Amino acid sequence: MEAGAQTQGAAPGGWTPLGVKRRRWGEEIIRALLFLAAAISVLTTLGIIVALLADSIPFFEEVGSKFFTDDSWGPLFAADPKFGIWQLLNGTFLITGIAILVAVPLGLGAAVYLSEYASPRVRKVVKPILEVLVGVPTVVFGYFALAFVTPELLQPLGIHVSSFNALSAGLVMGIMIVPTIASISEDAMRAVPMGLREGAYGMGASRRQVATRVVFPAAISGIVASIVLGVSRGVGETMIVLLAAGLQPNFGINPTEGYATITTFMGSAADGDNPAGSIGYESIFACGLILFLLTLVMNMIAIRFVRRYRQVYE
Amino acid sequence: MAAPPPSADAAVAPMPGTAFRRERSTQVREILFAGALLTALGISLLTLIVLIVDVVTQGAGSLSGEFLSETPSRIDPSSSGIAPAIKGTLYLMVVCALFIIPVGVASSLYLEEYANRENWFNRFIELNIQNLAAVPSIVYGVLGLAFLVRGPLSLGNVVLAGGLTLGLLVLPVVIVAGREAIRAVPPSIREGSMALGATKWQTIWKQVLPASIPGLATGVILALSRAIGETAPLIVVGAVAFVTTSSVGFTDGTFSALPITIFGWTADAQTEFQALAAAAIIVLMVILLAMNAVAIWLRNRYEQKW
Repeated sequence: MEAGAQTQGAAPGGWTPLGVKRRRWGEEIIRALLFLAAAISVLTTLGIIVALLADSIPFFEEVGSKFFTDDSWGPLFAADPKFGIWQLLNGTFLITGIAILVAVPLGLGAAVYLSEYASPRVRKVVKPILEVLVGVPTVVFGYFALAFVTPELLQPLGIHVSSFNALSAGLVMGIMIVPTIASISEDAMRAVPMGLREGAYGMGASRRQVATRVVFPAAISGIVASIVLGVSRGVGETMIVLLAAGLQPNFGINPTEGYATITTFMGSAADGDNPAGSIGYESIFACGLILFLLTLVMNMIAIRFVRRYRQVYE
Repeated sequence: MAAPPPSADAAVAPMPGTAFRRERSTQVREILFAGALLTALGISLLTLIVLIVDVVTQGAGSLSGEFLSETPSRIDPSSSGIAPAIKGTLYLMVVCALFIIPVGVASSLYLEEYANRENWFNRFIELNIQNLAAVPSIVYGVLGLAFLVRGPLSLGNVVLAGGLTLGLLVLPVVIVAGREAIRAVPPSIREGSMALGATKWQTIWKQVLPASIPGLATGVILALSRAIGETAPLIVVGAVAFVTTSSVGFTDGTFSALPITIFGWTADAQTEFQALAAAAIIVLMVILLAMNAVAIWLRNRYEQKW
């Protein structure tokens, strides 16, 4: 084929004229290999979905509507297993709720400060320190919640918490989420055009008024995205709750008690004691499916909101 | 950034009486607001400091040469160590790196140099990577359990399965950083190379890749520093907190890892073991700090100005 193309296009002088494109198979193969590598990420998502569904379907066939109607969760009980997901959702959202109550004011406060108040020098020092918080492994936060916050902070303050409790897990998870909220919100606030601020200052607004009434509303889609992502991280967090909130499924909103969450059940049931095909093994996948769907919805919402502020100001 | 508005006070000043009062209360509110912002930032940073101080004071006493060379124990804290955990973590990182470097760099190259953004599938890949970055880590553990440990590959509870699971988990980190590094190479370099007759791949291999290596390396190190602290996926794929022999290979033998051992000791009710957990945390944090320092050094040392 190459030879054909050359003789066909050869001019009297023997040179190949411009514009006749020779097919380069080496280049094509490399392109295909690179594409395959990029497709691995799609295969990962596909793999997650297949893995979760393959073992969830037999679970739901066996359990059926008990997943929503049973009043408690205990799929590993030999005598009378219970399959109601509500206790785990209760624990998950109670602890994430506490975390968000901590993380939203701290994260947004830090974001407004870094975006509107801090000098470039201060920001250059503070931002890397906040990034250190991102790098702390969650098992370390779990240690901190169990070995410090509960016995050395909450109990001395006279709060009667049990050794496993939602409060310490939620507080520490909140600190873990702060950098997520702070960095995305700060990005959004810094993307607000200077002209809006200057306009407000020109009208006699103070720095606080500019921050709260001009920059904050203008950056709201990024701020919403950061909070949604923060919730998503909290819902998916395993080690803090596994260590600090206990394994006991529970109903209620009393933060001094222990609560199991979706992730703590998965982490504690996946210790190898449940052979493949058993209902205990399958329940790990059913919980994983619920967790994946919850976080997927939140991530999609967050991605959409981030895209919105990027479109408006960039 | 935004300069303080000098005009604000001056504009109100000529009006005496009520205006003066409003100005003072406004000023109080300004200070309170700024104070609240600083407090928010301060609490986060203070927590980090308290965490570090607590870990160091609890764990420093248990750190010793023996701690690094002994095997862990659930019975006797004094002769307990983290040798199998360090070895397991090292092996996991080797597997993880061997997976994420070629796949991550190739993905970044495809997305930056080849992918046509008009094509729906390419846009889908991008959206997919964004989403994968936010999938809970324990879900990756379930993926590893279903496909690598059991199922199609059936590797068993071994380092290879754990390392690949961690690799899939941090792949988005490498791709995001890699794309940024490749995008930072100016188009004129590519155009120059192509104008001299190089093919697209020759241009990428000889010009774009060498120029983006510092950025790519930084991304890989950051991804590994994320992988090294991950615990939940390893629990699911079957890493064990207390391994008494250190005869672990890539494809055989039960393995441990630093974060798994930390988890095991922290969950133990005895405070002596929690001190060991703190000591292991110090080791993990020192490794993390060293990796991040290398990443920052790489970025500063080889940062190219075009």
